[in-house]
Amino acid sequence: MVSVLGADRVGIVAGIAGVLARHNVNIVDISQTVVRDIFSMIMVVDISKADVDIGQLRRELEEEGRRLGVLVGVYHIDVFRYMQRI
Amino acid sequence: MRFEPEEIGEVLEMLLFRELDIRAVTLSVNTLPAVRPRIEDLLTALEEVLTPYLKRLRPAVERVATRLGVRIVTVRLAVSPVSILLEPLGDRDAAVEIAKHMDGLAEKYGVDMVGGFSAFVHVGASRGDRALMDALPEALNSTARVAGFLNVASTMTGVNLDSVKKAAELVMAMKPHAAARFAVTANLPEDVPFMPGAYHGLGLPDAVVNIAVSGPGVVEAVVRNLPEADVRTLHDAVKRAAFKITRLGELVGREVARELGVPFGSVDLSVAPSPKVGDSVAAILEAMGLPRVGAPGTIFALALFTDAVKKGGAMAASTIGGLSGAFIPVSEDAVMARAAAEGSLTFDTLKAMASVCNTGIDMVGIPGDASPDAVAALIADVMALAVHLDKPLGVRLVPVPGAKPGDVYELGGLYGSVAVVDASSYSRIPLVSRGGTAPPGVERLKKG
Repeated sequence: MVSVLGADRVGIVAGIAGVLARHNVNIVDISQTVVRDIFSMIMVVDISKADVDIGQLRRELEEEGRRLGVLVGVYHIDVFRYMQRI
Repeated sequence: MRFEPEEIGEVLEMLLFRELDIRAVTLSVNTLPAVRPRIEDLLTALEEVLTPYLKRLRPAVERVATRLGVRIVTVRLAVSPVSILLEPLGDRDAAVEIAKHMDGLAEKYGVDMVGGFSAFVHVGASRGDRALMDALPEALNSTARVAGFLNVASTMTGVNLDSVKKAAELVMAMKPHAAARFAVTANLPEDVPFMPGAYHGLGLPDAVVNIAVSGPGVVEAVVRNLPEADVRTLHDAVKRAAFKITRLGELVGREVARELGVPFGSVDLSVAPSPKVGDSVAAILEAMGLPRVGAPGTIFALALFTDAVKKGGAMAASTIGGLSGAFIPVSEDAVMARAAAEGSLTFDTLKAMASVCNTGIDMVGIPGDASPDAVAALIADVMALAVHLDKPLGVRLVPVPGAKPGDVYELGGLYGSVAVVDASSYSRIPLVSRGGTAPPGVERLKKG
């Protein structure tokens, strides 16, 4: 699960998706909203065929986030499964 | 499995903005195979027992934190009560050596704390217990990561006033940073993941992983979003938040246990605060509608909170353990600390709060020249509450040399700033010198 939060600007989706594509990470689901100029995007991604582990992917996505001026978080789907499903 | 954006957003808000994290992963290891009649052999054996676990512990915790994207604040080790290791030796110097050795091992392997420098003396003291007690001040004063307790009371056997008095003397001989790693306890469970109450209980297997959760900021936000709700609605909302917080502990516990190849023990569902802003249990009580924690209504609010946390957390964990209630450590909770410094929290208020939580009197500063009688009597009061209400409680006092009530002593880190509170206006309390063990109460008889 990749979350992106920050001020809206050109190139956020492209920047994040670029990092994912570079490492063969498949985007399974994507939802995106802009409320009062705050950009919010949530992606469910599959890293089973990726060429990096989740730690390395997180570091690169966070670095891309800093370049874009947005906050990027990377979480395992189990966190949501445990907290939001009984 | 699909999630609504609101569901994802809720979890993200908790993790990113409400300080939701896992307070501690505590690996509990049976160290009794290291019992030896000579201290040199014991230290070698202790290291042999612990090293295979210690080598893997921090890397395993870091792998889980990285995979899940969840902060795990501290990594801890709990060992069998050191008093048992001391039975053949009966030597206080050996006890100090054990403490220093464990401190060194913890530092070497990146373990933040080691719990279990402890003894159970709720009826009386044995040879190993006496060696441990005599060593306690020096052992904790001369280490940085070792924690311990004396269990001086239990529902089944009553309150041992001799042990209470001894514990008070030991506390007064400790430096502030050492006293912060020592508690006087009653009814201590075998699987506490929190310090200084953690030790490897006698009923446990060779090793288990126990989890301590945090997340008061999550609950505070929920309460603040319901300014008009009646208390039943509030209770239900807190319960739901507690479920989600504890669920994260369950996930981390399962994952770390799998990584380490040891059984998953339990989750302590207590929502532990920290001195950080937005990570306070007292702030939850104030958000419910108290002008300050300590004001009339505090016991009602704390009881409501504790009950909701228990009911929500119990559903979330495959098994609950440790203290599983509500924590109100004064220095480790910024809003509690402020109330104590302002004088709205006294020992009397804290004793009343202890009746509806599982903490007791925790992390409160006292003047370094406080009367030992007053300290012992204060401990005795909390022990009586624990025995007659049949629950675990503890007392963790921090004597600050040269300090007066109202002063603040900075311990730093998770310990926070200790507010110094007047221990008592009475310096002599002859009752505590009577000694002996107060018999167990009717709670004991109910159990048959």
